[in-house]
Amino acid sequence: MRAVEEFDVIVVGAGPAGLAAAMTAVRNGMKTIVIERGEFPGAKNVMGGVLYTQPTSRLIPEFYQEAPLERPVVEQRYAFLEGDNAFTAGYRAPAWADPPYNAHTVLRAKFDRWLAKKAEAEGVLIITETVVEDLLYKGDAVVGVRTGRAEGDVRGKVVILAEGVNALIAKKAGLHTQLGPEHVAVAVKEIISLPREKIEDRFCLEEGQGATLELLGGATAGMIGTAFIYTNQDSLSVGIGCLLSEMVKRQANPNDLLERLKAHPFVRKLIQGGETKEYMGHLIPEGGYKAIPKMYRQGVMVVGDAGMLVNGIHREGSNLAMVSGMAAGEVAAGAINSHDLSEQSMKLYQDRLKETFVLKDLYKYRNSAHLFEENPQFFTTYPEILSGAAREFFTVDSMPKADKQKKIWKMVTGKRAKGDLIRDMWKLWRTMG
Amino acid sequence: MKLDDKLYLIRYNTDKESHLTITEDDVCRKECKHKPCTFICPARVYTWDEEENRIKVYYEGCVECGACRIGCPYSNIKWGYPRGGYGVAYKNG
Repeated sequence: MRAVEEFDVIVVGAGPAGLAAAMTAVRNGMKTIVIERGEFPGAKNVMGGVLYTQPTSRLIPEFYQEAPLERPVVEQRYAFLEGDNAFTAGYRAPAWADPPYNAHTVLRAKFDRWLAKKAEAEGVLIITETVVEDLLYKGDAVVGVRTGRAEGDVRGKVVILAEGVNALIAKKAGLHTQLGPEHVAVAVKEIISLPREKIEDRFCLEEGQGATLELLGGATAGMIGTAFIYTNQDSLSVGIGCLLSEMVKRQANPNDLLERLKAHPFVRKLIQGGETKEYMGHLIPEGGYKAIPKMYRQGVMVVGDAGMLVNGIHREGSNLAMVSGMAAGEVAAGAINSHDLSEQSMKLYQDRLKETFVLKDLYKYRNSAHLFEENPQFFTTYPEILSGAAREFFTVDSMPKADKQKKIWKMVTGKRAKGDLIRDMWKLWRTMG
Repeated sequence: MKLDDKLYLIRYNTDKESHLTITEDDVCRKECKHKPCTFICPARVYTWDEEENRIKVYYEGCVECGACRIGCPYSNIKWGYPRGGYGVAYKNG
């Protein structure tokens, strides 16, 4: 490798965060290298996956003209499962099928590979099949990275860590402490192939349109987590993710949970006749604001999943990744241009993020991780209440409606005492409102 | 669908050496009651071998998620990435 060559910016990891950082750095005149451990950018990368249009457009305007996207999402649906039953709600906007769109389903191995090609076209050097093992120091100052290759030291002025959820380098550098099982969800997913027309029929879609379906409550056997079905062009992404601490406590296996989900009557018909093409597993950083590591030090910034930048409540991650990457790329260029690579100079990155939705949203939901851990009823009792109330409400059995309402209220208070109901609603309001 | 059949669908560039190691077999034997690694792993890389009285590591099926690294209550798994270019290579992701 280039032992003598020096880069301005070294980015570890070719996901959306790293590639956004690298492209921004190059656009600001920085000589930039991305080091990726996979066979190609995207080979190791997994998400649900919904890609939001507006934040992505900030990196590449009108990317949807040429990026490998699956389907534009015109409907978002939610289903609370209880036993064999389901309470559903959703919103459909046909206008989301056209530019400027709202979101698309994507398959990350394809999308990231494309994004990396765009970065290369702009002048980013991307090296694959190379694991970064540590930062290189000269005294206290970071001067590059050490890779697993022979003579694999790469020298650079600023290192941007976009290494993903496990953040091994950030941990080695003392920015990250060890994550606990309560900070991550284990997610598994299958790609299940189906003919396009079947997908469109089953989800009531016009040709080429897409939908997302989140499944809650009984879908995760009452564990903190969500399951999902997203429509791709000729396949469905069917997955489930639960907090690792819950899985440890319940001695649950992720694949068993996925199989259980696939057998549920509400899901079974949607995936019927489909053929599984691929299976994958991934961790999702769910620690929220309070689990965000130190995001910078002299010559280093941490972006994307490595920085715990995921909004689990709103199913957002890749947008936070790209926006954080762009901010880091800009700050790196500014620091290098002004010959100030100090910790204070890198801190500007965090200050910038505080002005964006990235840290504003995570701050807003700073207590949500704790709320759900301490109050499992939101994932167990409430889906049951919702389903039970709907069942009673929609069952026509000659009972006068006034009596029916009383019966429903009795069922509700039987499952959760009045005082607890009020306290729960207050807690939910204070955390989410 | 069986897990083995699902893992068969994944493309791996399998390295000859394992990137996952149990640090101290004795910790699994004597201290770890529930052995979370044997059930939290999406690929069931870890199994308890009664005869050999230790955890067996089938690193070849690892999807590199990191659940075992964080889920092991004794931090007893030396976890790293496979060498560059090795390990899982998704077609879809």
